[in-house]
Amino acid sequence: MIDIVIDITLLSFLAITSVAIVRMTNLFAIVMLFGIFSLLSAGLFVVMDAPDVAFTEAAVGAGISTVLMLATLALVKRRQKPYYGEAPRSHRAWLPLIVVAVTGSALVYGTWDIPGFGAPDAPAQSHVARYYIENTMQETGVPNIVTAVLASYRGFDTLGEVTVIFTAAVAVLLLIGGKRSKPAVKTNKKGEQDEA
Amino acid sequence: MRPDLILHVVAKFFIPLIILYALYVQFHGDFGPGGGFQAGVIFSSAFILYSLVFGLDTAEKIIPSHWLRILAALGVVIYAGVGVASLLLGGNYLDYTLLGSNQIAGQHLGILLVELGVGITVAAAMLILFFAFAGRGRD
Repeated sequence: MIDIVIDITLLSFLAITSVAIVRMTNLFAIVMLFGIFSLLSAGLFVVMDAPDVAFTEAAVGAGISTVLMLATLALVKRRQKPYYGEAPRSHRAWLPLIVVAVTGSALVYGTWDIPGFGAPDAPAQSHVARYYIENTMQETGVPNIVTAVLASYRGFDTLGEVTVIFTAAVAVLLLIGGKRSKPAVKTNKKGEQDEA
Repeated sequence: MRPDLILHVVAKFFIPLIILYALYVQFHGDFGPGGGFQAGVIFSSAFILYSLVFGLDTAEKIIPSHWLRILAALGVVIYAGVGVASLLLGGNYLDYTLLGSNQIAGQHLGILLVELGVGITVAAAMLILFFAFAGRGRD
């Protein structure tokens, strides 16, 4: 009972936040609302007994990505350009509306076939999950099955994930990071001055 | 009194707590929720808080960016190295059983080392991302 009340509260807050994000033009407030959205999702994951996922969502979604967005916001203007008045006359609202309605009803139709939350005969529960629950303690001695699956049973996957994170950092460094570009810019400026 | 005095004091109080919590999440990940990824993010958030409050240049003096690059690679090397170590001991790649005296000890050691590698890479990568983005606006 209490779960349902919390679920409904969190989901309605999520809906309110999304509507607010769509309607706002102040980018600073939008970034803050993104953080709140992530925090609310983290709360939903806790209600669904997935503390590991909630942890990640709260730390990455509400924490780091908000800071990165703010750092980006410091480089651009704080206000989104209003586009309501600039739409061409021929622009009609019904096409996007139909697309949204069809997609939404397809998604709702899809939820009818989803097994109930925590149902024992759900596909997610009937494959390897049973093996992990029964054997993790004997085979690894690690009480947190999530950690055992991530680090031991699915060690290859996690190695790949770490490599992806490393690659992302390298890519960001190559694109916008590093101080190597600064001397080049300075020499360019000097060159221009010399030419001048 | 400087206008940001309260911010400085509160940040100095919080940063060790955040780092301690990150270490707890890192090494208690076997027993409670959490693990290397979450711990790395929390650990980096302590340094991000420091650089938000005390400035980017001060933060880069504490952790120079060439260290971060080495650390980001080091985490992947630790992870892959555990796999190579289990290969050399005669097992399969990333099969930790042979790292310890019995299966459970080996798995424990392997998971601990692997999570450490994940934590180091994630923490360094997050800081690299932050410094790259935040450093753009300086000049």
